[in-house]
Amino acid sequence: MKVALFVTCLNDTMYPGTGKATVALLRRLGVEVEFPMAQTCCGQMHVNSGYVPEAIPVVRTFVEAFAGYDAVVTPSGSCAASARHQHKIVAQRSGDPALVRAVEAISPRVYELSEFLVDVLGVVDVGAYFPHRVTLHPSCHSTRLLGVGDRCQRLLQAVRGITMVDLPDAEECCGFGGTFSLKNPDVSVAMGSDKARHVRESGAEVLVAGDNSCLMHIGGLLTRQQAGIRVMHMAEILAAQEAVA
Amino acid sequence: MMSNTATFIGMPPFPIAARKALADSQLRGNIRNATHTIRAKRAHVCGELDDFEQLRQAGADIKDDVLRNLGRYLEQVEESLTAAGATVHWARDGAEANKIVVDIARRHRVDEVVKVKSMATQEIELNAALEAAGIAAWETDLAELIVQLGHDLPSHILVPAIHRNRSEVREIFLREMGKVGMPAEDDLSDDPAELAGAARRHLREKFLRAKVAVSGANFLVAETGTLVVVESEGNGRMCLTLPEVLISVVGIEKVVPTWTDLEVFLQLLPRSATGERMNPYTSTWTGVTPGDGPQEVHVVLLDNGRTKVLSDEVGRQALRCIRCSACINVCPVYERTGGHAYGSVYPGPIGAILTPMLRGVGADEQTDSLPFASTLCGACYEVCPVLINIPEVLVHLREKVVDSHRGGVPGALQAAMTGASWTFGNSTRLGVLQKLAGLSSAVIGRRGLIGRMPAPLSRWTDARDLPAPPRESFRRWWARTDAGRRDTGGHPQNTRKGLDDK
Repeated sequence: MKVALFVTCLNDTMYPGTGKATVALLRRLGVEVEFPMAQTCCGQMHVNSGYVPEAIPVVRTFVEAFAGYDAVVTPSGSCAASARHQHKIVAQRSGDPALVRAVEAISPRVYELSEFLVDVLGVVDVGAYFPHRVTLHPSCHSTRLLGVGDRCQRLLQAVRGITMVDLPDAEECCGFGGTFSLKNPDVSVAMGSDKARHVRESGAEVLVAGDNSCLMHIGGLLTRQQAGIRVMHMAEILAAQEAVA
Repeated sequence: MMSNTATFIGMPPFPIAARKALADSQLRGNIRNATHTIRAKRAHVCGELDDFEQLRQAGADIKDDVLRNLGRYLEQVEESLTAAGATVHWARDGAEANKIVVDIARRHRVDEVVKVKSMATQEIELNAALEAAGIAAWETDLAELIVQLGHDLPSHILVPAIHRNRSEVREIFLREMGKVGMPAEDDLSDDPAELAGAARRHLREKFLRAKVAVSGANFLVAETGTLVVVESEGNGRMCLTLPEVLISVVGIEKVVPTWTDLEVFLQLLPRSATGERMNPYTSTWTGVTPGDGPQEVHVVLLDNGRTKVLSDEVGRQALRCIRCSACINVCPVYERTGGHAYGSVYPGPIGAILTPMLRGVGADEQTDSLPFASTLCGACYEVCPVLINIPEVLVHLREKVVDSHRGGVPGALQAAMTGASWTFGNSTRLGVLQKLAGLSSAVIGRRGLIGRMPAPLSRWTDARDLPAPPRESFRRWWARTDAGRRDTGGHPQNTRKGLDDK
């Protein structure tokens, strides 16, 4: 199986550690993942902001970068949802039947990390060790657009040493919402403050999610509040092991 | 005579209106408590039906059939209603509908009408039109009465006074009831039963006196021309039976073909709306029944932008809406801002799509701000009883708003989007940008974090830290270390900037 990593523009630029953790995790599970250098972004920011024509070159770059792979794994529920649900709309708008065909070929093979681990590799225990109190923010796009269900929770629960604690109102949106966080900063922060409060109330030392976009927002509030709670991407916990060489 | 009917005209755009609401701790508490209560009830009673998902699909399918064949169904409606002794009026817009209602009231020489809770008449601001003609319109729904007596605006489709708590209601009743009718007792407390008692006495006087009533309708059954009103309090039943003349203003999308179809909606609506298995009062009436109820029945079929919505292939699904408010009650944005911030009688997620489509996008800044008043979290779509994909329509309308502003001098966001399109269209350009970002973080970042920044970045950094971009992007790391195989760096978890960066 030829597997590509779609690291996403946010992780590539701001959170390379998440990409490195994903690579380390997949290698440990015997998957020799490739990173097509031509990849850039899924184009979701453009589509969700109302700039569909501007997303066409981005989607074209995506399908060119990932053509020929059996699976495309991404450590982002939101970007996976964009590739699976929005790329078709963008391609149709381009009026280019070749782009539509290319999208139809690739979209169904894009997997969010937890889906790839549980559904494609069939693993729940990935051999990780992480002796900390952790709570999970199940991001809206993983939960409602992809329907990943309890996959993240199960993967984390299987980590040795981990203590998972419940997050109150876990499935409520954190308020990031892409450009919403800039167009409606006051509402975004009000929602994020409630999420941060629930994280503090959970008693966790670490907040984990499958999307660094949510974590950038919630984590930005937590550090500003000097809350003393770390945020980590799920890939980073699943990659963690007992003995560091 | 009541005075100064409130209006949404002139409201600021959503982000500005929201700021005021966010600072109102009373409002925040009232809305949070109310929405969480209804949310839990809805989830419980919808979850107990094995066939709830099939009901939702059936609801969507029936409405889609109506919308596809609307012309035919409306002709059937007119035929059935006329045969049953009702008079059918057609109104292209709010002004036409208001004129029809005012003319009928004038013909009967009345100076007041009683009203059943109705979104259509709120939408066309009928009360203001009647007031201008010297006719008082008395709202008889308890929540609408609270809004009207408070010279206030509705903030929720189903519970228009959701932003008020009972102590505020008590104050409004004490201060206002006596000015327009039977006053509340001086020793009125904030006990809900006492408040309801005061409203009952105040309203009963108006029910018994009124010659003309105005209603909307939840459904209009085409095969028999039957109008249906679903309610909780029974005040609607009073208005529909006691007066001599009944005028119903009904949006043309309210049609259902048959009574069998109605059965689907009478299950979906109360469970989705109030979280009840069945609502207390369901009134149905078919034209005029000699010697029983109103002897003169008018039905005003209202377009007011609906055919425009129908012509939008993506947006037309909004016309399936049965005004249950489930989307409003689960919306995390609405929960923080309340309804007034939306500047429309239709607030929340459904309002954010319906209002711009009814009014038309590109016309004013307030309307154009509504499709952006959402994080696209999808909670609304998850509960909609007729499967309106609200996030899909929001994104569609955002594009329409953007397109309506293309061609002029590009704003900051448009410039950023064009720049991002160019950057993300090619990985080499992205690499250059990442290198610049990494260099800049040496200047602006401290401990891996960026603190307060000037505008427009202040929109983020006023309340949130921002991670400083790392010196090395993922793609540079991949290239430098031969896909990580020659990486001598540390543990993968020790790479998150700003948290445990070294």
